[in-house]
Amino acid sequence: MRAWHFSETAYHLLPPAETYDSIRVSLPNKHYDPRIGADLYHRYLDEWLIAEDFGLELMLNEHHQTATCVDPAAPLMLAVLARQTTKARLLILGNPIANRRQPVRVAEEMAMIDVLSRGRLEAGFVRGVPYEIAPANSNPVRMNEREWEALDMILKAWTSHDGPVSFEGRFFHSRQINIWPRPWQEPHPPVWISTTSPGGAARVGARGYVQATFLTGFDGTRRIFDAYRDAWRQAGRGDDVPRDRLAYAALVYTGETEAAAHAGAEKLLWYVTSNKVPPHFAGPPGYLPTDAAVRMLRGAEHPLSAFAKSASVEGAIQAGIMMAGTPDQVLAQIRRMYDHVGGFGHLLLMGQAGFLEHEETVQGIRLFANEVYPALREF
Amino acid sequence: MPTSRTTLSGVDLEVWEGGDGTKLLFLHGAGGFNATHESIPLLARRRHIIAPSHPGFGTSTLPDWLDRPGDIALLYLELLQRLGPAPLDLIGCSLGGWIAAELASLVPERFRRVVLVAPVGVKLGGRDALDVPDIFAMPATTVERLLYHDPDRHRPDLSKLSDAELTEMLRNRETLALLTWEPYMHDPKLKHRLHRIACPTLFLRGESDGLVSAGYLQGYAELLPNSRIVTIPQAGHVPHVEQPAAFADAVLSFLNG
Repeated sequence: MRAWHFSETAYHLLPPAETYDSIRVSLPNKHYDPRIGADLYHRYLDEWLIAEDFGLELMLNEHHQTATCVDPAAPLMLAVLARQTTKARLLILGNPIANRRQPVRVAEEMAMIDVLSRGRLEAGFVRGVPYEIAPANSNPVRMNEREWEALDMILKAWTSHDGPVSFEGRFFHSRQINIWPRPWQEPHPPVWISTTSPGGAARVGARGYVQATFLTGFDGTRRIFDAYRDAWRQAGRGDDVPRDRLAYAALVYTGETEAAAHAGAEKLLWYVTSNKVPPHFAGPPGYLPTDAAVRMLRGAEHPLSAFAKSASVEGAIQAGIMMAGTPDQVLAQIRRMYDHVGGFGHLLLMGQAGFLEHEETVQGIRLFANEVYPALREF
Repeated sequence: MPTSRTTLSGVDLEVWEGGDGTKLLFLHGAGGFNATHESIPLLARRRHIIAPSHPGFGTSTLPDWLDRPGDIALLYLELLQRLGPAPLDLIGCSLGGWIAAELASLVPERFRRVVLVAPVGVKLGGRDALDVPDIFAMPATTVERLLYHDPDRHRPDLSKLSDAELTEMLRNRETLALLTWEPYMHDPKLKHRLHRIACPTLFLRGESDGLVSAGYLQGYAELLPNSRIVTIPQAGHVPHVEQPAAFADAVLSFLNG
């Protein structure tokens, strides 16, 4: 198994939550101090470099108009890492291509990073969470269709090397596609897709890309990975689904003692508890399939939102969205998840969030890398 | 039941039909067509109403190629062909007003008289302010206040709705988003065609409408050469729902005038 250090580069120094309606989309940026923000950017970049030194791979992502993740242009952050790192794989998860207007531009950005990093790019693509809709002014209806069409266009741009080719889709058009640079890796960088639904995972499995899922817990993750494996087999890719096709993202904090680990893990919960978003940004029309939207109107709740109301470290560990404890405990928790869901090849560690300070973050990375990761590599 | 189905360019549509008199093509707004609204039988006493549910509304299908109100107007050209050569009356509410304005600007000769009820579809103000408030970026309770003069009378009790009714309500809203998201609530080209609608046109608005302002309606009406404005008191964005009698009076006296 490969482990990836992931930080959302949050800006956590906010006024009390009861003074604002939403941490995303509409929270005024007067609350963002660029001087503090600069320090935070440099700190988070340092943490990625430290994680690389400890032998971890690196992951970053992109969100917009939010204090939870001040990385609205992930390729820029990735470009810094491509230059400053030397050996880690670099995963962007991902490019919100249902909300990007020019897929060819995304292909160019990714190709640049692949070359700059001498072939270390893992190119992830996401549909984007619902609160990305308003910042992108993007139509919430037909996002899946846009995402998959954009991906096809990007793959074509990456793999065409004999002069201009054209693409005329339902949503995206270009008559003269001939990107410079072309990607380093052949035929193209590995493709990752994140989805949190079995239906989405089936589509990813049929195409054989790496499927990542975030904080979906024991049973949710099992359903998603099963759907992936079924679709993989039905597509004739063989009975054995390579474990490196599946990735799980969890909040992870390793400490010398259980008490120290839980103290750090408590701070990681900010990632879940700070996500105050009103329904009109969390549920734009058309984002969910209509039947799922009906269930929400009837009172159903997203499992993560339900959890956030009474979030605790113990509860999070029990739900399988967090691994926290001594190295032995963390290893056992990962093993439990691994066995429950039928195995996976990548663990994406949300190892920094909110008020977890630099030293604490590094301590968590170091202990995980030295005391947990060696055994995980054998998984 | 006066509901039937028709296929236009491969799109399967539900059409409600009823009443006696000159044909009146009724283009519903974002909430879909509801024949049980009191205003419908009132209008049906004097007009033969033909009310298609737009693609993606009611039980009408939504083809993957359709995404703007103007596409629906083009679809209805085929419906007009089937309704025969005699000029008919046209009424459109809100989103349906936008479709009606598109349609009437394409084939103005097909219509005797046109009624646009709190229509959207044009951009009149400057680029730094929305003409129509962003209904997708506000709480449902705020939308209600903009929509109704008296929200308490019209708030649906979701627990009393069946799954089928809820599904239809949410699907209507999805289609509304698809059609109006960007450019928001308008087609920048429409206002350059509106002068073609030379027949008498009535612009109707509820006095408490928080979505379509009096100034917006005035500016919209001025783009047509033969328009007049009537305001209905104690009604918001859907005067046909809140004040059915006053609404039907205003519409019929204009159409018969």
